[in-house]
Amino acid sequence: MEEGGLRCLAQRSSIYFMLKTSESPRPQAGARRNPGLDFDAGLVAGVRIDHAATLRRAATAVARRSVKQDAQKEWLLQAIRCMDLTTLAGDDTAGRLVRLCGKARQPLRPELQLRLAVPPPLRVAAVCVYPRLLSRALELLEGSEVPVTPVSTGFPAGQIGMGAKLREIRTACAAGARELEVVITREHALSGSWRKLYDEVKRFRAAAGPAHIKVILAVGDLLSLRAIARASMAAMMGGADFIKTSTGKETSNATLPAALTMLRMIRDYHDLTGCRVGFKPAGGISTAKQVLSYMVLVKEELGDEWLQPRLLRFGASSLLGDVERQLEHHATGAYSAGRRHALA
Amino acid sequence: MSSSKRLVYGPAPESDSAVRAWLRTGRGQLGHFINGRFSQRGRGWFTTREPATGKQLARLPLAGPAEVRQAVAAARKAQPRWARSGGYARAKAMYALARMLQKHARLFAVLESLDNGKPVRETRDIDVPLAARHFYHHAGWAQLQDERFATHRPVGVVGQIIPWNFPLLMLAWKIAPALALGNAVVLKPAEQAPLTALLFAELAAKAGLPAGVLNIITGDGTTGAALVDAEGLDKLAFTGSTAVGKEIRRRTAGRGLSLSLELGGKSPFIVFGDADLDAAVEGVVDGVWFNQGEVCCAGSRLLVQEGAAARMLAKLRRRLDSMRVGDPLDKNTDVGAIISGPQLKRITKLVDGGVAEGGQLFQAALPRGLPSGGCFYPPTLVLDAPPASEIATEEIFGPVLVAHTFRTSAEAIALANNTRYGLAASVYAESGALALEVARRLQAGVVWVNSTNLFDAAVGFGGYRESGFGREGGIEGAYEYLKPIARPAPPPKTSRRKCMLKTAGTADDIDQTSKHYIGGKQRRPDGGYAYAVADASGKHLGYAARGNRKDVRDAVQAARDALDKGRWNESDPHLRAQLLYHLAEKLAKRRDEFAQRLRQIDSGTAAAARGEVEQVCERLFSYAAWCDKHEGVVHRPPLRGLALALPEPLGVVGAACPEEQPLLSFISLLAPLLAAGNAAVMLPSARSGLLAADFYEVVETSDLPAGVVNIITGPRSDTLSHLAGHLDVDGMWCFGGGRDDVRLVEELAAGNVKSTHVGAARDWSAADEQGEAWLRRATQVKNIWLPHGD
Repeated sequence: MEEGGLRCLAQRSSIYFMLKTSESPRPQAGARRNPGLDFDAGLVAGVRIDHAATLRRAATAVARRSVKQDAQKEWLLQAIRCMDLTTLAGDDTAGRLVRLCGKARQPLRPELQLRLAVPPPLRVAAVCVYPRLLSRALELLEGSEVPVTPVSTGFPAGQIGMGAKLREIRTACAAGARELEVVITREHALSGSWRKLYDEVKRFRAAAGPAHIKVILAVGDLLSLRAIARASMAAMMGGADFIKTSTGKETSNATLPAALTMLRMIRDYHDLTGCRVGFKPAGGISTAKQVLSYMVLVKEELGDEWLQPRLLRFGASSLLGDVERQLEHHATGAYSAGRRHALA
Repeated sequence: MSSSKRLVYGPAPESDSAVRAWLRTGRGQLGHFINGRFSQRGRGWFTTREPATGKQLARLPLAGPAEVRQAVAAARKAQPRWARSGGYARAKAMYALARMLQKHARLFAVLESLDNGKPVRETRDIDVPLAARHFYHHAGWAQLQDERFATHRPVGVVGQIIPWNFPLLMLAWKIAPALALGNAVVLKPAEQAPLTALLFAELAAKAGLPAGVLNIITGDGTTGAALVDAEGLDKLAFTGSTAVGKEIRRRTAGRGLSLSLELGGKSPFIVFGDADLDAAVEGVVDGVWFNQGEVCCAGSRLLVQEGAAARMLAKLRRRLDSMRVGDPLDKNTDVGAIISGPQLKRITKLVDGGVAEGGQLFQAALPRGLPSGGCFYPPTLVLDAPPASEIATEEIFGPVLVAHTFRTSAEAIALANNTRYGLAASVYAESGALALEVARRLQAGVVWVNSTNLFDAAVGFGGYRESGFGREGGIEGAYEYLKPIARPAPPPKTSRRKCMLKTAGTADDIDQTSKHYIGGKQRRPDGGYAYAVADASGKHLGYAARGNRKDVRDAVQAARDALDKGRWNESDPHLRAQLLYHLAEKLAKRRDEFAQRLRQIDSGTAAAARGEVEQVCERLFSYAAWCDKHEGVVHRPPLRGLALALPEPLGVVGAACPEEQPLLSFISLLAPLLAAGNAAVMLPSARSGLLAADFYEVVETSDLPAGVVNIITGPRSDTLSHLAGHLDVDGMWCFGGGRDDVRLVEELAAGNVKSTHVGAARDWSAADEQGEAWLRRATQVKNIWLPHGD
């Protein structure tokens, strides 16, 4: 793109002309899966993130938009459709899983769903569990079209050998996972070894085969927005289908500035390749207001195309409860109580 | 809803019922606020309209000279008591006003949005909080006045005229420092958006502000003119267009008024190839598409490095499409209504003109369903407009960005400074070293690094060049509303007795030729004339070079070259200190010769003449000492970042020197100018022409770079008007010569909005005639904002 600009500049010193050139048709891929790119160190190194300006935009982008009333209802219903209902704890049991999968199939009380005039089926996007519970979850969700997404590759810290990571992926896929979550080795990002990060994601992708991978960057471990941006770019080059902020286990989770940084990398990657990579903020998103903020950010930075489960997921465990309360408020006009909505 | 249905924002209207109720209550009552009461007398009526619908909001009386006189009289009466009430009392009043704004924040925000047409999100998140912050900050200056400004007192009664683009915020910027420091105010809000000022007056009175301290008169330009012409003012402060600012400068010339002008701009927005382009795009949104582009410091000239231009412009075009134009009271609106029909026409005409001259136009689409009576203009990007076209050079005051490219940082600086204005600038670059280098070299009062349109009460705001002079906010803004307690002492008496000294030109001596001193060289006068210089008793002493307008032209050019080519203005303070010490050293070596010359001119005693020379050396030492001590301040505004307040030289400064104490007064003007890094064009008094010629020989031996000091001798009447009217002179000082000279200088200064420093004859040996107050006059503060983080 830049080369094109310079070339035409030599012909005619017109910035309009440069702009025309920059609009030359880029590869149109539609819903094509991101195949990844050959490693390009310049693409990673060329990333520029101004910290203060990013913080400002993250704050003002959300303050600039207000989603109220009927619009809010539609947005919250869409948030449910984009939700990866998650349980990732040491005390997860089969019984707990039954409740969670029941909630995934039927997120809203039928009476409330009727009052909101939402035609069935209304389902969450996926259920996210540890690998031990994968088979049970698949059984519980059979026929619902809700996929089960196991975490893998030594989740959450990723501090196991590559062989073990790849085995985890293959085992999960063999058990029937159509999408799975992988974590990056933070050391690669913290030491600036972008090539290693790229290779790692590429191997995960190869091992996953047709299953989609959501690459968790663990932004709370990387901290620097610049590192988050570079890790995003390296992961997308390696073939990530989604990039995800957090495992939920780091000391800090998804933040709007980290999300904004990742969204902008997704946009640049799309400009470059025509491929749409998905985005998944996770960890600490527990209120309807928060989820609307992320959706506003996605709409403003990436556009409507990204506001659907194919490209947007929310990793959440308690979010659904608050969304239900807001939806009931919308249906009845009265503020709702948590106890009126079934626990997951 | 299927998952592929587009999610829309839907309406998110802010209720205006409380504001409508206030307007209904005020009907038949709203008008001027004089001496604590609303009044509806006047020369007639005008209406203020909702820009978004064209509907009438209120009908207000138009103040004529009678109402202006009444308001000034009320202020005059209230001011002494207000000043005497003390810093703590005024601090409490300012605190109450800050709290008052916060308590009624939404009422102000909605009223401002209705009256001005700007989005309520901006009035809510920007205008009202910043206005409150201004009162908090100035509560502090009131409280600290006795400690911090012990040598100063309030100016007195201040007339203030504010524009329509930030009605409440500009009111706060004007009245907070004025009232805090013990002045009384007559303020005229713009006729297009006067309502928040009236709401403010009503609630300020209820918050306990004494009657007469704040007076507000409503009206149009004729009211403003009446206020400018009013008797009984001590100061005028104006924010608005450069054209009107110049007119005010002319009308106030010679009236002894203090003046501050915050005028227009065509501020550059520089994006280097290594910048975070997404950050820069949002900077454009906050820079020129903010407030409908009706912002004096709008970054309306995009300069983008060629290698990044295509990417940057593609991103900008995409961003255009997500801008939302519409109902100002909808919380999803980014760009509201243009203030008025005439303003909308002006924007349209300028953009159409730019397109006709070859500019390529990109605009966001206006949504359907906008009210037909409303004034709306979409965010706009114009590429390839010819550099001399109106659209590329004139302030548009609309959401219109004009883009050009540059190759190197030197070219970026040259293009950025290639304007009559100098209000603000933004620099986007990854490299901090590059950004600071560029920020230092931009001719602008405010520079935002990787950011734009940031404001804070503690950080001064104001322009260079034709963007005005004086600052609002910070300590430099506080000084605008203060004056020294001490008045200049009368000049010492000189007797006209016969000079007993042997004078030059006797047969034994070799003939001496006195010339001008321009660009580091002795130069014969362009006109080829000399004039006779007499001693104190009237006896012929010799001939000195008689300057004319071409000598002035050459001297100004030499001074400009010393800055632009010699970079004298960027010289380090240590170097300037050394040079001033050295100048004193060289002068001291010839003290007897100078003392003798002074006795010829002034016929004082030998001891007095030697004393003057000695004091001149000391004064040079004093300013040498100040060079690396009159420094800036590091502000910590409420964001993650710093703002550096740097005193910078004015540039080329002319100085017309008085007759009294000829060497001491000459140095008293020259030394602070040099210490601050200005290049000077000195007009010594006619009677000291030979003395000036003696002095340039000292300059020649002092290592001062060529062009930093230029001296044109001759009668003032031959040169003063050419220097004061020169459009490449940034500041003009004029002492002695009476009111006619002052009026002449102030009138001509309007041509390029020079800052002026004028005064009557005085005793230059007084302690007040040197020091930091003079350095403040020799400098202008640039504030560089540096947000940071990783």
